[in-house]
Amino acid sequence: MNLRVVWFVLLGVLLAGYAILDGFDLGVGILHLGARDDRERRIFMNSIGPLWDGNEVWLVTFGGALFAAFPDAYATAFSAFYLAFMLLLCALIFRAVSMEFRGKRESAAWRRAWDFAFFAASLTAALLFGVAVGDSMLGIPIRADHEFSGGLLDLLRPYALLVGALNVSLFALHGALYLHLKTEGGLQRRVRRWMWHAFGVFLTLYLLTTIVTLIRVPRAVVNFERMPWLWGIVAANVLALANIPRAMFLRRPGQAFASSAVAIAALVALFGAALYPNLIVSSLDPAWSLTLESAASSNKTLGIMAFIAGLGLPFVLAYTGIVYWVFRGKVELGKFSY
Amino acid sequence: MDVVTLSRLQFALTAMFHYLFPPLSIGLGALLVLMEGAYLRTGDKDWERLARFWTKVFAVNFAVGVATGIVMEFQFGTNWSTYSRFVGDVFGSALAAEGIFAFFLESGFLAVLVFGWDRVSKEMHFTATTLVALGATFSAVWIVVANSWQQTPAGYALVAHGGVVRAEITDFWAMVFNPSSVERLVHVLLGAYALGGAFVASVSAFYVLRGRHGALARKSLTLAVLFSAAACLALPLSGDTQARTVARTQPAKLAAFEGLYKTSAHAPLSLIGLPDDARQETRFSVAVPGLLSFLVHGRADAAVTGLDAFPARDRPPVAASFFLYHGMVGAGMLLAALFAAAAWRLRGGRLFGDRRLLRALVFGVAVAFAANQLGWVAAEVGRQPWIVYGLLRTKDAVSRSVPAAYVAASIAMFSVIYALLFAVWVTVLNDKIAHGPDEGPQPAHEPGGWLGAAGELADPGGASLTQAKEDER
Repeated sequence: MNLRVVWFVLLGVLLAGYAILDGFDLGVGILHLGARDDRERRIFMNSIGPLWDGNEVWLVTFGGALFAAFPDAYATAFSAFYLAFMLLLCALIFRAVSMEFRGKRESAAWRRAWDFAFFAASLTAALLFGVAVGDSMLGIPIRADHEFSGGLLDLLRPYALLVGALNVSLFALHGALYLHLKTEGGLQRRVRRWMWHAFGVFLTLYLLTTIVTLIRVPRAVVNFERMPWLWGIVAANVLALANIPRAMFLRRPGQAFASSAVAIAALVALFGAALYPNLIVSSLDPAWSLTLESAASSNKTLGIMAFIAGLGLPFVLAYTGIVYWVFRGKVELGKFSY
Repeated sequence: MDVVTLSRLQFALTAMFHYLFPPLSIGLGALLVLMEGAYLRTGDKDWERLARFWTKVFAVNFAVGVATGIVMEFQFGTNWSTYSRFVGDVFGSALAAEGIFAFFLESGFLAVLVFGWDRVSKEMHFTATTLVALGATFSAVWIVVANSWQQTPAGYALVAHGGVVRAEITDFWAMVFNPSSVERLVHVLLGAYALGGAFVASVSAFYVLRGRHGALARKSLTLAVLFSAAACLALPLSGDTQARTVARTQPAKLAAFEGLYKTSAHAPLSLIGLPDDARQETRFSVAVPGLLSFLVHGRADAAVTGLDAFPARDRPPVAASFFLYHGMVGAGMLLAALFAAAAWRLRGGRLFGDRRLLRALVFGVAVAFAANQLGWVAAEVGRQPWIVYGLLRTKDAVSRSVPAAYVAASIAMFSVIYALLFAVWVTVLNDKIAHGPDEGPQPAHEPGGWLGAAGELADPGGASLTQAKEDER
C-alpha cells in the first residue's frame, strides 16, 4: 500500500471529522441571532459549551498531519492563503472569547455585542473554509518553485465564494439538526423551521455548485472514469441528503443528524476524489501542481507517522465517544453553564 | 521593516503570549491531580472544594492556551514556509504526534473535568483529571522535542527533494532523544510546576491575608508552597546539567549567555555585567574567577570556548542573550529563596501569621511568569542566527510569497486580539478568584478580588485598580 495515499486518506478522515464536529457548532453560531431571548441564547451556547474545544482539535491535528505528511503543501497553502488564515484565526479566537465574555455582565447591550461577535465569527469561519475548498478546486497561481504568485483577488473568485456560501448553508443545516436534538418545546419548533429553510437554501446552492463545477472544473470528474467505485460516494451523498427530510418527517431527528454527518463526510471525500493525485493545483501550469508525489515527506517518516496515527486514533475515537455520551440529552442551564 | 524582522517580531509576540498559558496549565494540572487524589484517599471534602475551584481557573487558562496555540501551529506555514519545507519531515512529525497524543486527550476530558462534576462518579472524574494533566504533559514533551531538535539536530539526513535540500528523519528515536531534549523537557516541566505552585500560592496567600476561606485557603497554600519549593530547588540542578550540554552542543550560545568573548582557561562566571560588542568584552562585570570553567568542565583551569571562536555572522546577539539568561537565573533564584523561606515557615503554621511573607507570595507569581518567559526567550535568542542550529539561518526561513505589509497587518491584528484576550483572561480569573471556592451555605463574595487586593498591597493608601474601574462605571 502506498503510504502517500494512506496519508491522503487519513487527512481526509481528519478533515471530515473536523467538518462534521465543528460544522455543527459553527452552525449553531450561524443560527445564534435567531434565538429570541437571553435564555434561548444561553441554551444555544451551552449546547456546544463542553464540545467546541475538542472539535477544534480536529483542525489542529489536521494542520499538524498536513505539516508532517506533505510539508510542501502545508507551506504553500498556508503562505498562499496568508490573509485568509489570519482572518480565520481572528474568527476562531473571537468565538472562544465571545462565549466566555458574554455571560460576565447583565447589560443587554453587552450581551448583544458578544452575541453578534459569536455569530459573525462563526459565519466568517464557515465561509472561509468553503472559499478555501473552492479555490483548491479551481487551482491557484503556483510557480515551478511551489511558491504562490498571486494576490488576494486571485482567491476571492465567484466560484470560491459560491462554495463558501454552500458551506455556510451546509453548516447552518447541520447546526439546526443538532439544535433540534438539544432543545425542547417552542424553541425546538422554531429550530425545525430554520432547518427547513437551511435545507432549501443548501439544496439550491448544492445543485448550482454541482453544475458550475462540472462546467468550470472538468478535472474534478476525471478520476471517476478510472475509479468507477467513486460513484458510490456520490450515491451515499445523495441518499444521505435525501434521508434528511425523510427522517424529519418520520420524527427521527437523530437519524436526520447522522444523515447530514454522512453527507458532509461524503462531500469531503468527493473533494478529495476531485483533487487526487494533486494536493494543490497550479492554475499557471498543471506540471507545477503539488502532488502526493512531489509534496510528501520521506517514506520512512510517513511510515512512522502512520504507526503513530494507528496507535492514537482508536483512543481519539474512544475519548470523543465517551465525552459525547457524558453530555448527551437536552441542554439544562446550571451553575457550570455559560 | 523587512519580512524577516516582522515575521520574527510576530513570532516573538505570539509565542511569548502563548507561553503564559501552557506552563500554568501543566503546573495547575499536576496540582489538581494531587488535590483530587487527596480527596479520594482521605474523603476530606475540603480537597474536593479546592479541586472544584481550581478546575474553574484551569479551564479558563486552558481555553486561552488552545486559542493562542492554534496561532502557533498555523504560523510555521503562514510566515515560515521555507522553514516548513526544510523541516516538515522531522518537525511536522512531532507536531502531528502532539495533536494525536496530547490535544485530543486534553480537550476531550477537559469537558468532563469542567462540566462533569455532577454527571460522573468521583473516580471517573479523578481519571479525567489525571488524563488531562497527562495530556498537558505530553503536549510539552512533543513541543520540547521539536524545539530541541532545532537546537541540537540529530537522527536526520539532508536529502535533495525536487531540487531543494531538506532534512529527513533517518532515526526516529535519535530525533526524539536528541542531545538536549530530555534535559530541556525536565527544565520546562519543573518551570511549569514552579509556576503552577506559585500561582496557587499567590491566590491562597491572598485569601489568608484577607481572612477568607479559613482552613481551605491554608490547605491550598500549604500544598502549593511545598510543591513549588520542591520544583524551585530542583530547577538549578536541572539548569546546571543543561548548561553543560549547551557548552558541548551550542558553544556560541553558552558564550553569549555568559558574556564570554575570549576563549579562556579559568573562565569567570559573571553575575552581572554589560556585554560590549565594540570592545569585545563584558564591562562592569562582577564575576567569580574560574567558576564557569568549573561548572562546565569540573575543573577551574579548563578552557571554555568564547565568542572569538566563531565568525561574527555565526554569533547570537550577545547583550540580549546575556540579559535574558541572567534575568531567568535571577528570577529563578529569587523564587527559590521565597519558596524555601515559605516552606521553612510552614513548620508550626507560622507562615499563616507572617503577613510580609504572605504578601511576597501574592506577588511571587509574577516572578515565576517572568522566569518562564525569560527562559524560553533566552533559549530562542541564544540559538540565533540559526533557526535550526548549524543547518538553516533564520533569515533564509521566511515565506517567500508573503509581502511585508501582510505581516505588518497581522501583527497589528494580533496585538488587538491578544490585548482583548488578555483582558478576558484577567477579568474572568479575577471573577473566579473574587468568588473563591464554594463553602456551602455562606458564599463569600468580594467585588475587589485579587487584582484589587494586589493594588492595595502595592499601594496600601491609594485606590485599587478595580476600585478605579468601579468608579468609572
